[in-house]
Amino acid sequence: MILDSKLPAGPLAEKWTKHKFTSKLVNPANKRKYTVIVVGTGLAGASAAASLAELGYNVKAFCFQDSPRRAHSIAAQGGINAAKNYQNDGDSVYRLFYDTIKGGDYRAREANVYRLAEVSVNIIDQCVAQGVPFAREYGGLLANRSFGGAQVSRTFYARGQTGQQLLLGAYSALSRQVANGKVKLFPRTEMMDVVTVDGHARGIVTRNLITGAIETHAAHAVLLCTGGYGNVFFLSTNAMGSNVTAAWRAHKKGAHFANPCYTQIHPTCIPVSGDHQSKLTLMSESLRNDGRVWVPKTVEIAEKLRKGEIRPRDIQEEDRDYYLERKYPSFGNLVPRDVASRNAKYVCDEGRGVNETGEAVFLDFRDAINRDSEDTIRARYGNLFDMYQQITGENPYQTPMKIYPAVHYTMGGLWVDYNLMTSVPGLYALGEANFSDHGANRLGASALMQGLADGYFVIPYTLGDYLAGLGTKPVDTNHPEFEKSVQEVKAKISKLLGIKGTKSVDYFHKKLGKIMWNDCGMARTAEGLTRAKGEIKALRAEFWKDVKVLGENEELNQSLEKAHRVADFLELGELMVDDALNRNESCGGHFREEYQTPEGEALRDDENFAYVAAWKYQGDEQEELLEKEPLVFENVKLTQRSYK
Amino acid sequence: MKLTLKVWRQKNNADKGGFVSYPLDGISTDMSFLEMLDVLNEELTEKGEDPVHFDHDCREGICGMCSLYINGKPHGPQQTTTCQLHMRSFKDGDTITIEPWRAAAFPVVKDLVVDRASFDRIIQAGGYVSVNTGGVPDANEIPIPKTIADEAFDAATCIGCGACVAACKNASAMLFTSAKISQLAMLPQGQVERKERAEKMIAQMDAEGFGACTNTGACSAECPKGISLTNIARMNREYFSAVLSSENV
Repeated sequence: MILDSKLPAGPLAEKWTKHKFTSKLVNPANKRKYTVIVVGTGLAGASAAASLAELGYNVKAFCFQDSPRRAHSIAAQGGINAAKNYQNDGDSVYRLFYDTIKGGDYRAREANVYRLAEVSVNIIDQCVAQGVPFAREYGGLLANRSFGGAQVSRTFYARGQTGQQLLLGAYSALSRQVANGKVKLFPRTEMMDVVTVDGHARGIVTRNLITGAIETHAAHAVLLCTGGYGNVFFLSTNAMGSNVTAAWRAHKKGAHFANPCYTQIHPTCIPVSGDHQSKLTLMSESLRNDGRVWVPKTVEIAEKLRKGEIRPRDIQEEDRDYYLERKYPSFGNLVPRDVASRNAKYVCDEGRGVNETGEAVFLDFRDAINRDSEDTIRARYGNLFDMYQQITGENPYQTPMKIYPAVHYTMGGLWVDYNLMTSVPGLYALGEANFSDHGANRLGASALMQGLADGYFVIPYTLGDYLAGLGTKPVDTNHPEFEKSVQEVKAKISKLLGIKGTKSVDYFHKKLGKIMWNDCGMARTAEGLTRAKGEIKALRAEFWKDVKVLGENEELNQSLEKAHRVADFLELGELMVDDALNRNESCGGHFREEYQTPEGEALRDDENFAYVAAWKYQGDEQEELLEKEPLVFENVKLTQRSYK
Repeated sequence: MKLTLKVWRQKNNADKGGFVSYPLDGISTDMSFLEMLDVLNEELTEKGEDPVHFDHDCREGICGMCSLYINGKPHGPQQTTTCQLHMRSFKDGDTITIEPWRAAAFPVVKDLVVDRASFDRIIQAGGYVSVNTGGVPDANEIPIPKTIADEAFDAATCIGCGACVAACKNASAMLFTSAKISQLAMLPQGQVERKERAEKMIAQMDAEGFGACTNTGACSAECPKGISLTNIARMNREYFSAVLSSENV
């Protein structure tokens, strides 16, 4: 099978407009004859469910949390990009497109990224109309800031809680449709399987997390808006419940999984404090606008620091190494995330880390406070400083923050065409769950943009094209495929509960996380990846022999929920390693140590790897099949990223 | 640290429930409160006992999923969410009592997990601006004074955790409801449905079985996001002016 990305022909700037015109429409009176399932209620899911319901479709929305408002989009801090050019500083749709393609290290589709930049302006209008309280200037107009190394100010924000405000906006639109009877909500419900009939997605099987009931739902189309898979690393900035289960089970039903090795490691997180650590907390990237990153120049000084013999303030200026400013004089502390993260790892690997575990660098506000006053810094970052102090017990106004990179976002995901449809007809993936727009590295403030673009402004057009070709025949759950899937799900649950082994689910999850972090994290080698593959296989076998899941299915059972998720992570982890092994180049968030420039920068191989790696499931314990979608660049010239 | 936990265990909504004591050792002051419970659950699993169920998700103080009534206070001794509460707030040898939110409108599901769908239904009653996707004016078409936008933001930071209800002796949801009504009443986008919104949301709040407000201020004092009591005053004003002049409800 050749993957058809369905990219429209014609000039870049006209593709989306033309595509919208040539897409089939569903007659307004017929829309009510269609049912659409939306799994996940984050930015992508809530905006899609609300927008489709407004158009007249019947929507069923599912989330595993107790309310749609809890989805992890809520935790995004920094902001959302849009090419509004309100600041008159040279921004444009083309510039946002160009920055995103370049930032993604030329591993995304031009047409998708251009569309994303194009609809970005509508998102801001939509959110303001919903009552999202964005930051404003004294004149009453919207404020913008520069973010994540962008040379223009195009980021809209709501203090350090932009994701929260945008999600609550989408949640309010969703709530309105619930009240209108167009959306039926299923909270505390987890998707267990996608049901396909004659090759088309026709519904899902779910588990009611309160009663354990296994239920079936039929629809004309299924949208997976279930976020990323960063929790495969156990420790990440994702929420505890974030998981790959919906996407992975769709993958096993025939949806290709694309670029799984592209993971984003965020440079500014609070370091791990011990084995008890359950998650990592991000400190907004905006801190790098004023904070200076450094470690001691020598291992000896770092050792004294770790032993508590000296304090950070005792280290003289000449004994400090502001390594980002030294290596990248023009971007300094504002280099992209992957570059900042990797360099933190290097200095810590050299033995110059600054906390007890040796895995932390300083982010120092001393100079900014001296320059602008403590009050100014408090006004800018007060909530972040408070959060830091709450978690670490240290006062960052007096002593430098300690930070270390952590897994934050996954650019890979279900393969989708230009219409956001996966390789299973009628099954779509939106937001972080798909792979489409960020290439090998996502720019700051672009995740919120993509989630809302997909949900508000892309799927309402592209879904109609599929449904119109389908006819309005009702769907139901009587087809034998539903019963077959239910039996499979029940068998899996019985198997998990029946192992009655000796080790908890978390034991396996933590072990998997360590393997992934050590060998498939910030820097990868063929040797390490090969080792990891063997370790994951062994761990998976051990899991299915020795995991201990207490309780029953017919109750709220959080161990059972976790067991399902970790079982899927144990399969996904191996695919990530396969993908990282296959990609014999370095690009964006994927850094293979064998492939670097003499200066230690990522070395791409455009001749051999300018493609999307889409993996097809072949059966349990079988190697997956790699299918390549070539990336064609008609508008931008591929260059080596340089932030010197 | 060594601790004794007195945890509310309740198999399901029909079960009567009661406290069970668990001794716990080797707790680090750097742990978050929920990580301390993770340790307890690992130990219980090891022993073959059902782990303590509690709600949690983001563990960074923003999703509003975590709850817990700790030593008689929602989210414990600090004005923050339980996930952001750290064990350095406790002393070695402490006995810590952990209960679920207690309110008729938040029925217990299991152990420390409660059902807060009533909050969703209050929002569904009118906590939105009725605009469809597309066809909206440019974002900068209506300037909003910074002070107004900031005040609306302060109300909008509510995370919907339910601590206000748990803190209130009447189990009132006035702070939660008023935060949304305030946010939208202050912004130009919320004007069209302003009266109807106040009436409908308050009607829903009452229908859910939340109690009345007697102005003790416990809700705001315990709110992890510091939502101000001013919002309740504003909601009352919105409500009275709505019922005096509108034809709804």
